[in-house]
Amino acid sequence: MKFETPATENPIDQLKVIGKATDRVEGPFKTMGRARYAYEWHDVAKNPAYGYVVGSAIAKGRIRSIDLSLAKVSHGVLAIVTAENAGKLGKGEFNTALLLGGPEIQHYHQAVALVVAETFEQARAAAGQIRIEYEKAPGAFDLAAAKDSAPMADKITGGVAASKVGDFEGAFAAAPVQLDATYTTPDQSHAMMEPHSSLAKWEGDKLTVWTSNQMIDWGRGDLAKTLNIPKENVRLISPYIGGGFGGKLFVRADAVLASLGARAAQRPVKVALQRALMPNNTTHRPATIQRIRLGTTREGKITAIGHDSWSGDLPEGKPDGAVHQTRLLYAGENRMTATRLAVLDLPEANAMRAPGEATGMMALEIAMDELAEKLGIDPVELRILNDTQVVPDDASPPSKDDPQDRKGDTAANQAGKGKRFSQRQFIECLRLGAERFGWNKRSAKPAANRDGMWLIGQGVAAAYRGNQTTKSAARVRLDSRGGVIVETDMTDIGTGSYTVIAQTAAEMLGVPLNRVLVRLGDSSFPVSSGSGGQWGANCSTSGVYAACLKLREMVAQKLGVSATDAVFSDGRVRVGDRDVPLGEVAGSAGLVAEDAIEFGKLAKEYQQSTFGAHFVEVGVHVATGETRVRRMLAVCAAGRILNPKAARSQVIGAMTMGVGAALMEELAVDKRLGFFVNHDMATYEVPVHADIPHQDVIFLDETDPISSPMKAKGVAELGICGVAAAVANAIYNATGVRVRDYPITLDKLLDGLPDVA
Amino acid sequence: MSKVSLTVNGQACDLELDNRTTLLDALREHLHLTGTKKGCDQGQCGACTVIAGGHRINSCLTLAVMHQGDSITTIEGLGTPEKLHPMQAAFVKCDGFQCGYCTPGQICSAVAMLDEVKAGIPSHVTADLTSHPQLTTDEIRERMSGNICRCAAYSNIIEAISEVGRGEI
Repeated sequence: MKFETPATENPIDQLKVIGKATDRVEGPFKTMGRARYAYEWHDVAKNPAYGYVVGSAIAKGRIRSIDLSLAKVSHGVLAIVTAENAGKLGKGEFNTALLLGGPEIQHYHQAVALVVAETFEQARAAAGQIRIEYEKAPGAFDLAAAKDSAPMADKITGGVAASKVGDFEGAFAAAPVQLDATYTTPDQSHAMMEPHSSLAKWEGDKLTVWTSNQMIDWGRGDLAKTLNIPKENVRLISPYIGGGFGGKLFVRADAVLASLGARAAQRPVKVALQRALMPNNTTHRPATIQRIRLGTTREGKITAIGHDSWSGDLPEGKPDGAVHQTRLLYAGENRMTATRLAVLDLPEANAMRAPGEATGMMALEIAMDELAEKLGIDPVELRILNDTQVVPDDASPPSKDDPQDRKGDTAANQAGKGKRFSQRQFIECLRLGAERFGWNKRSAKPAANRDGMWLIGQGVAAAYRGNQTTKSAARVRLDSRGGVIVETDMTDIGTGSYTVIAQTAAEMLGVPLNRVLVRLGDSSFPVSSGSGGQWGANCSTSGVYAACLKLREMVAQKLGVSATDAVFSDGRVRVGDRDVPLGEVAGSAGLVAEDAIEFGKLAKEYQQSTFGAHFVEVGVHVATGETRVRRMLAVCAAGRILNPKAARSQVIGAMTMGVGAALMEELAVDKRLGFFVNHDMATYEVPVHADIPHQDVIFLDETDPISSPMKAKGVAELGICGVAAAVANAIYNATGVRVRDYPITLDKLLDGLPDVA
Repeated sequence: MSKVSLTVNGQACDLELDNRTTLLDALREHLHLTGTKKGCDQGQCGACTVIAGGHRINSCLTLAVMHQGDSITTIEGLGTPEKLHPMQAAFVKCDGFQCGYCTPGQICSAVAMLDEVKAGIPSHVTADLTSHPQLTTDEIRERMSGNICRCAAYSNIIEAISEVGRGEI
């Protein structure tokens, strides 16, 4: 079905199943250890061989020679794959660097060999026997050093690289109150719990890969393209995914190497990227340098708003879209944004949870806090004062290179001056959050509160993230016993897809939740939106909605009545005085309906976005500078919340990742050798239990009929946008020390802390 | 190669293993008990936590041959589909997981951790080492910090463990 006019009342509005805080339907499987992840398919490949990946020991240059002689005769070795013997490989549309390097090396830990052996231990031992001689080439590894020569980028995800409205320079120069500050964010790693893993099995020229991938159809296409085989010959299966956060949007080396290894060894082969390879071998969120300029009247009205951002990537790579939200969040007549992209020879930069807004809000929302202090205005009130109900920036043509555009069926979110937001309850989020958090008890003067050895402070930040819509298909079967099976290649990366899809089908067909079986993550199912950019829940359930509507029509047709007259409830369909069990209508053959939701002009006519506000209280130890987060509250306005329990979990997870970004997460760059030094889970620090207090989340009661028939939007990425700045602002409020260089580790605070005595 | 006999979830298992095989890989690759997860294979994430001889350990950091005769409990040994272990039920109820990959480790860790508190073993945050530690949220957070959850269900996991600790589930 095409979705081209705002949704009116529909069966979802019954809210008998949708909107309920249902436990996850797959919960018992996961808590019993019975959910199967990519490396765990013992029944489909009884005697798999094991692959072990060798990563490049240099960042840039060439392999002069590879000596496999010792490794080949090592015990149990079946095959060794290198670029030399792998045959001609293509490059995936979504990959920047090659997934099997050699002889040219593009980045550190780029895969250069896969050793396949009877056992994991044998493969690992043999990998250590490979001798490689490299010829190093000089590379660029330092964003700050490359900044001044970095050219303008072509585009960012979600639009053009630069925008201009009015006369920014003139208005900024004339503004009685000015802020001009530069902020830096470091490279970050997804560090999902399950490593990138694949089991590959060939049957003739047909390839099946059990893998861990967020976007099944992209992965299927790119694996075929890389291996130079027809897409129809590839099947991907990925029902459970141990975390992705953008790191599993694309085919990675595990899938390609498992496929090549299985071909070479003539056996099914499984490969899990070793943890220590992950940060350098795969993608990461790139570091940014951001300059923000804000000019206001004495009363605090923004008259000039400017945002410049610099990031780096490999040749032909793409920039971080940190300026994106600055075109949409605050009013102001004179505006500019600009994005510059340096060529760096570090590993491939790419999407990580809320790419663009996550980094952009880290900078913009500290800037707003600094501005509020300059003006002597409460930071909540400053944001409210500068709210806008229409898009304040110029129209940007959609970028043809956006992942969500590549399918050719998506109306990308684009700014367009004067366009209305489909919903914008930003002020409501701020006001409700301030009330619930007790914001009025905060001292505007920094370093004014102390609890023993702890300096206490509170911070606020806005949350903003776009809502993207993209085509999504599903197939729904109704059997003779009234059971429903939903099939779609949608993935559940922990987001709750299984549950919200089951809820959608149950609501649409009037059956109990436990009569719905949801099957996901298989490329033999209809192509869905996949999971990324917080579009998954809204789009995939809309696809299921469309298929269920079709099934309702088929049921009605079988009964010889109009679908609009039929009432689907309690596993039965009622029309007038007829009351028939659904299973009876389906009959022994059952009924199968397949359809897709396709989004039309509404996505162009309205700006669709999600909004929120984050409130954080921290304590900073007066002697050590250690920061402890004491309280966190997020208020979110993100359309209809399909399942408040799963949605809340998404938001608290995102808030936690935001705490990580604020306080600890940083891939440390070795600028001489060109790699991320802390490439494991002990040295790339992420929040643990002891770092995170109880977290509060409030969802505003909102529906957005412009977004989809579900009237829902995304929420999983909204939760991270702004959190780090709220923490940073709370630290400033606690200590009076303003840190503009993330993460805010204690060494950056110590010099500015008051005397201990 | 060495012969190793383990009792896993109450069942005797006789294995012949490469000496280099970790307890984790013995469970996952040889016994096909894939509920125990390999997150990092280097003792940093806790996803591989099992209970060996009543104590929680990272099964990736120990070789199977070091456990001759030991009794091992994995996630598969804690509950059944008909009757979840209270900790499993609490995790479902409190939504103490998202992607599910750290979950078996969190649950095994939590079950053994409650026993440690019962046994009076102090932690870094136990204020008074001479008195019996209380099951406060600070104690739970400290004791569970070896189990990373990148989806970050922490707030919910603490609620789940607290409910079980209070005997509410």
